[in-house]
Amino acid sequence: MELVNKVHEHNLVAWAKDRPSVMVLSGDLTGSTEISLFKQTYPDRFVSMGMAEQNMLSWAGGLAREGFVPFLHTFAVFLYRRPLDQLQMSVCYPSLPVRLVGFLPGISTPGGVTHQAIEDLSVLRGIPNLTILEVGDATDVESVLDLTEDIEGPVYLRMLRGEIPRLFPQSERLRLNRARVLRAGADIALLSTGLCTEQAMRVTGLLEARGVSISHLHITTIKPFTDPTVLSALQKARHGIITMENHNVIGGLGTCAAEMMAGAGIGKPLVRIGIKDTYCQGASLPYLMRKHELDALGLVTAVEKLLGEKLGISEADLADAPAEQAAPLSAEQLEAL
Amino acid sequence: MSQTNSWEEEVEAIADNIRRRVLDLTIEKQGCYLSQALSCADILATLYAKVLRLGPSEGSQIPPAFPGVPGEDGADYGFGAAYNGPQGSGFDRLLISPAHYAVAIYATLIEVGRMAPESLSQFNTDGSTLEMIGAEHSPGFELTTGSFGQALSQAGGIAMARKRRGEAGRVFVFMSDGELEEGQTWEAIQALAFHKIDNVVVCVDVNGQQVDGLTKDVMNIEPIDARIDAFGGVAVKVDGHDVGEIEAAIGNTEHPDRPLFVLCYTNTSQGVPLLDERKPHLHYVRFKSDAEEADFKRFLAGWERSAC
Repeated sequence: MELVNKVHEHNLVAWAKDRPSVMVLSGDLTGSTEISLFKQTYPDRFVSMGMAEQNMLSWAGGLAREGFVPFLHTFAVFLYRRPLDQLQMSVCYPSLPVRLVGFLPGISTPGGVTHQAIEDLSVLRGIPNLTILEVGDATDVESVLDLTEDIEGPVYLRMLRGEIPRLFPQSERLRLNRARVLRAGADIALLSTGLCTEQAMRVTGLLEARGVSISHLHITTIKPFTDPTVLSALQKARHGIITMENHNVIGGLGTCAAEMMAGAGIGKPLVRIGIKDTYCQGASLPYLMRKHELDALGLVTAVEKLLGEKLGISEADLADAPAEQAAPLSAEQLEAL
Repeated sequence: MSQTNSWEEEVEAIADNIRRRVLDLTIEKQGCYLSQALSCADILATLYAKVLRLGPSEGSQIPPAFPGVPGEDGADYGFGAAYNGPQGSGFDRLLISPAHYAVAIYATLIEVGRMAPESLSQFNTDGSTLEMIGAEHSPGFELTTGSFGQALSQAGGIAMARKRRGEAGRVFVFMSDGELEEGQTWEAIQALAFHKIDNVVVCVDVNGQQVDGLTKDVMNIEPIDARIDAFGGVAVKVDGHDVGEIEAAIGNTEHPDRPLFVLCYTNTSQGVPLLDERKPHLHYVRFKSDAEEADFKRFLAGWERSAC
């Protein structure tokens, strides 16, 4: 599998070239949020706001009212915890085109609890006018800025940084409120977001080899959550549904799926993989993913729980199973969904 | 004595009318944010009738019903600003920070001919934009600022955008002194100074009172001027009931590369000394007895006679 470095850093600079209204606001995390190259390339469009997030959110609202498109860059936690009132009253109520680029969502930060945005989706889904997106690979990152262009109101984006995998062909651009269908199957519908998708892709092939037929959908639009492709997959899953996310099990993807299922009268078991309503310690990503069972092995456990049988997939099996780039499904496979 | 009135006399007459109109409404509605109107009337009258460069109002004389919240298929943001006329180079902007002063804003718009007097009957009625605590759909409002301390930061973004476009025209912010207790206010002053935003002029109604009582007893904010200077702004103290002083401070204070703060020290019972005995609990004035209401009615009647 291909790993790509600093995708956002380069993509943002290329994308903003012919978009003079795009400005970048930094909350004293320029190097950590991949905007050093932007600062260097367009110093006039880079605004240092320091460690003062409440002011930064409202300031961005003022710029947006005047026709600029501010892209706020900081860690995800600092975009919504401290400045939640400012986010709501200065940005979301007037529905301004402010882009909140939140880095290191969930447990993907090397920092501890102060840096872990484990409940951002839960907090933000209840805010009117706000669109919520999460990327899972290099292709997502490369195409997500294009996608924001058609969104008139504010956007919150769970972003990835550094070396990230390319899971999807570069030509397959992200689409708003459209899941990426990675695998079609009849037994289980699996919805995954962010870096959990890569974990899931390491194991779905093995599961299928064990006779478990899975529909796997990579979700990038958390709000709105009305994709008919997702609804169809939930309806067709024979044994049940699994959601997998780098977030508290309350209020994120799992809750989105539960709401959709309840609304459509889909009465099937739902297993939510996520942080089990607990704060987390600061530690390495693999350690935390294992501890909180957000990894490939966590998915095996969830499938076993759903099917009520052991599948005999070990950690050693998974070690040899990297995520392969997903090939686009055939029309026939998609039809089966 | 010249036959024609000086600008100061004209502005003072407007301020007087704002106070009288809000007292009248307070009696009619059995309660209102009266003391805020009494303390700020001279500031708003000076801004609207003397200082601000505004074009003619683009709002309806009688405001239409609430058109819905901003968002997809919703209303535009900030359309209450239509009452301040067109935006763009050469025009000033006025951003209202303490949304609880809404009734004073509405009364001012009426007194300067930007809204019809009968509009005030809509005040605080269901479905009207003349909400008790205004928001950006309310006449005279451009921002939604009932949660305090957010207007100054938004003004920073607006002023920065105008500077980038090379627009002439200042961005005025009307603030209350209680908002100086909010941390965001100081983040904003720090950022305005850092980014050399000198097209921002802030007029603060320093009436020294807040919900729980005297500001100095609830959470001291003095010395305001020294604090603002220390954060990189330029602060000038004036008598907030002296329209000449307010105008001169705005017009004559050099503040290159820095935002200007005009600290207008005011009295929450200005023009209505009957309220003195209730100080410092004047956040929202309602009458405690029929006798008290009768006193205020008598006072208003006498005031109206003397104004004729």
